[in-house]
Amino acid sequence: MQRDAIVASLALAVAGCNRGILDPVGPVASAEKQILINSTAIMLAIIIPTMLATVAFAWWFRRGNTKATYRPDWEYSGAVEMVVWAIPALTIMLLGGIAWIGSHDLEPSKPLKSNVPPLNVEVVSLDWKWLFIYPDQGIATVNELVVPAGTPVSFRLTSATVWNAFFVPQMGTMIYTMPRMTTRLNLQADKPGVFDGLSSHFSGDGFPGMQFKVQSLPPDQFAMWAQGARGQGAVLDGRGYAELSKPSSYVKPITYGSVAPGLYDAIVANGAPQLHAPQAAPPPSKNSAVPAGG
Amino acid sequence: MFGKLTWDAIPFNQPIPLITSLVIMLAVAALAIWVWRKGWWPYLWNEYITSTDHKRIGVMYIVLALLMLVRGFADAIMMRAQQSLAIGASQGYLPPEHYNQIFSAHGTIMIFFVAMPFVIGFMNFVVPLQLGVRDVAFPTMNNVSFWLSASGALLVNLSLFIGEFARTGWLGFPPLSEKAFSPGVGVDYYLVSLQISGVGTVLTAVNFVTTILKTRAPGMSYLRMPVFCWTALASNLIMLAAFPVLTVVLGELMLDRYLGFHFFTNDGGGNSMLYMNLIWVWGHPEVYILVLPAFGIYSEVAATFSGKPLFGYRSMVFATMAICIISYCVWLHHFFTMGAGADINAVFGIASMIIGIPTGVKIYNWLFTMYGGRVRFNVPMYYLIGFMLTFVIGGLTGVLLAIPPVDFIVHNSLFLVAHFHQVIIGGVVFALMAGYTYWFPKAFGFTLDERLGKAVFWCWFIGFHLAFMPLYVLGFWGATRRMQHIPDPTWKPYLDVAFVGAVIIGLGIVLTVVQLLYSIKTRDQRRDVTGDPWDGRTLEWLTLSPPPHYNFAVLPDVHGEEAYWTRKQTAIKEDRLIDEPNYQPIEMPLNTPTGVIVAFFAAVCGFAVIWYIWWLAILGLIGAFAVFVWYAWRDEHEHIIPVEEVRENARERRRIRMEHLHELSRST
Repeated sequence: MQRDAIVASLALAVAGCNRGILDPVGPVASAEKQILINSTAIMLAIIIPTMLATVAFAWWFRRGNTKATYRPDWEYSGAVEMVVWAIPALTIMLLGGIAWIGSHDLEPSKPLKSNVPPLNVEVVSLDWKWLFIYPDQGIATVNELVVPAGTPVSFRLTSATVWNAFFVPQMGTMIYTMPRMTTRLNLQADKPGVFDGLSSHFSGDGFPGMQFKVQSLPPDQFAMWAQGARGQGAVLDGRGYAELSKPSSYVKPITYGSVAPGLYDAIVANGAPQLHAPQAAPPPSKNSAVPAGG
Repeated sequence: MFGKLTWDAIPFNQPIPLITSLVIMLAVAALAIWVWRKGWWPYLWNEYITSTDHKRIGVMYIVLALLMLVRGFADAIMMRAQQSLAIGASQGYLPPEHYNQIFSAHGTIMIFFVAMPFVIGFMNFVVPLQLGVRDVAFPTMNNVSFWLSASGALLVNLSLFIGEFARTGWLGFPPLSEKAFSPGVGVDYYLVSLQISGVGTVLTAVNFVTTILKTRAPGMSYLRMPVFCWTALASNLIMLAAFPVLTVVLGELMLDRYLGFHFFTNDGGGNSMLYMNLIWVWGHPEVYILVLPAFGIYSEVAATFSGKPLFGYRSMVFATMAICIISYCVWLHHFFTMGAGADINAVFGIASMIIGIPTGVKIYNWLFTMYGGRVRFNVPMYYLIGFMLTFVIGGLTGVLLAIPPVDFIVHNSLFLVAHFHQVIIGGVVFALMAGYTYWFPKAFGFTLDERLGKAVFWCWFIGFHLAFMPLYVLGFWGATRRMQHIPDPTWKPYLDVAFVGAVIIGLGIVLTVVQLLYSIKTRDQRRDVTGDPWDGRTLEWLTLSPPPHYNFAVLPDVHGEEAYWTRKQTAIKEDRLIDEPNYQPIEMPLNTPTGVIVAFFAAVCGFAVIWYIWWLAILGLIGAFAVFVWYAWRDEHEHIIPVEEVRENARERRRIRMEHLHELSRST
């Protein structure tokens, strides 16, 4: 038991070497990181001199300094005023341009430019795990998203209960999943690898257990995986979904070999079957609320 | 009979809230008995609880804020401890249902019951004095506002002992906060206490907008008002427009929860995006409600301790009012990740950045206020410089968050948590601590200890950076907020540093108490006899410390921008005060228990609504209304301070001022 824990934490430590948004693996995340760095650099160019001037002015004009000239009535200078309005205004004009162009280039619903046709994935946030449906492959997974490397992934996202946000830091852009609504997102992983994913919008008691893994496989291996998964394992029909949507957290990955057609649209159309409440009264004990390890 | 209220509501099986609330109750009881044994109750009742004096009400607001700061900080350090412990295989010491209450209570308390009363407290104490008037426009309403805020604070804290608090975050987003997902009383505590204190806040806004627009000393034109008054005006205008939105949106959620409406539910045509929009239509302006008066405090501090007028006064006024207006046009930047589309995101992103322009101008104007000055490094000046260094970084990260594609990767992360703490602690809290030190002698007639004050500053400054800089890094690594359990063990060193930072801030809070007690003990050595301990420039320094109930024997005649400074310099030059005016008897409003009784009934009603005890709710409403009617039919409104008393006090004041002026002219 304890050895398992040590092995698990070592594995996590290795996995922890990926450094979130600073280590992008796809075009969206790379572009966003670039904007982050450029904007920071532009602002630092203004802010560092301002900070230095703050310390320098305060120190030089300290009361004890006889060398400093005291100008008790100096309270206005047109030239200084013009400069102090111009500096932030010009900075913001520049950054505003970056924001405008960036917002349009990186609009989450905009399909990515690619010669490869995109993979469609439907994402449903449940209490408290992620359901990924592959409509074209007829399979589904829980808490493990498998994608082909170098292929755009086109997501449709919703929630079966409360709001969450779908976020894979190394792939970029997060987006809300909202009940009875569909949001759209397009991401891509350029190379194979395993990336962390999470919910980044608080959704109740099991929220910290909504971590998942993204496995990016070479396209041929992805095809093999999808082929192999099909027809194997559990079936996600009405009963399977009812079972799955019961509250649980820290759920280990599940693969469904077949999915009831139109399940995603049914979830959006009917809303969540209100089977449960994330905060059932009386408060559950520590262990029953979050069965650690699934 | 008692609605949902049963013995199960008391957390007998949860030692942390149970012991905490028992200790608090014992402490309150002990304090009450001590005050009673000392025979101070009549004094407290007459001079504070029922007072309509804006200065006393201001002090009560700040006492409330400091008490709630302790509560909010206790939540903060528990969260930091949990995140340091609950990593990997460990679940820490707080189960989710408890941890989630703590972060919800922390945010709610810090914004609504620390920052708001602190800021409103300063506006109460300072604005009428700076405007050169005797009180606010509606003194009794002012007292009512305070007690309604206190009722809200009481209900939030009651949730610790009876029932539970919300587990939905400080903004209670639906559908999580709907009955279907949060059936307990926690969200009801949240809603009802904010509704009650919200009424108090709107009344405050009405009061101060009226006071500033309609009751200024003769000659105090708009462009002669001190910048703090301008920022107070802007802040209250925002309050007046934004708080009703909060009342409506929380009211709609109450209708959903109590009467089965479908404003924000998943079914029945509800739309939770509407709540997100409405709450932030209030929520973003709220930031400026807090930070604008903070800017006002910095402006006063910069001018006074640089021995110079504020640089670019008109620019400052323009920047303040620009922020006041633009603050309504940016709310959508809190949810770029909702998928509203590129045009909408870009427009709101750019609008948010535009606020950076007037804010940047303010930073430069404080900078050039120091330029050519004689800077005295008293405690408030430490906070000003600490703020200028900290806030620009907070501004930088704020502009980053306003760029939609950047927000897409750091939204809701610990980067965001670090950002808003940087602007709220580095911007607002530093200002409040500066203002506390700066105006304390005016309120109580003696200064606070400087050495301990500087120690407190360093605790806040170092503690803040240790507590929040690691969170920026963790945000980059993909750490999101509100995590009861941390998935990645490599984050631990950073979370441990953050915990140490919180401990240092805690030390600062302890030292604040020590500073207060020590200063009271040594008050005879630190008396402010002149009424002008900092060589001030605005009218509050013209009168005594503490000022008489009526503030000024005669309303000052204002010439020029820095009313008191001009007057002081003329007097020094001519070696005489202005001619003795013709003193008149002064009419002042009577004390009234209306506020405290109305608030008592409001709290009773609120408690009853939370627990579905309908007969008691109706009783509370009737009680509050009856008190209001009783007050409306009162016969006596005011008492008259006889002219002899006014004249005697004023002559004594003139003698002290003359001596003080001689001293000043000798020293220059």
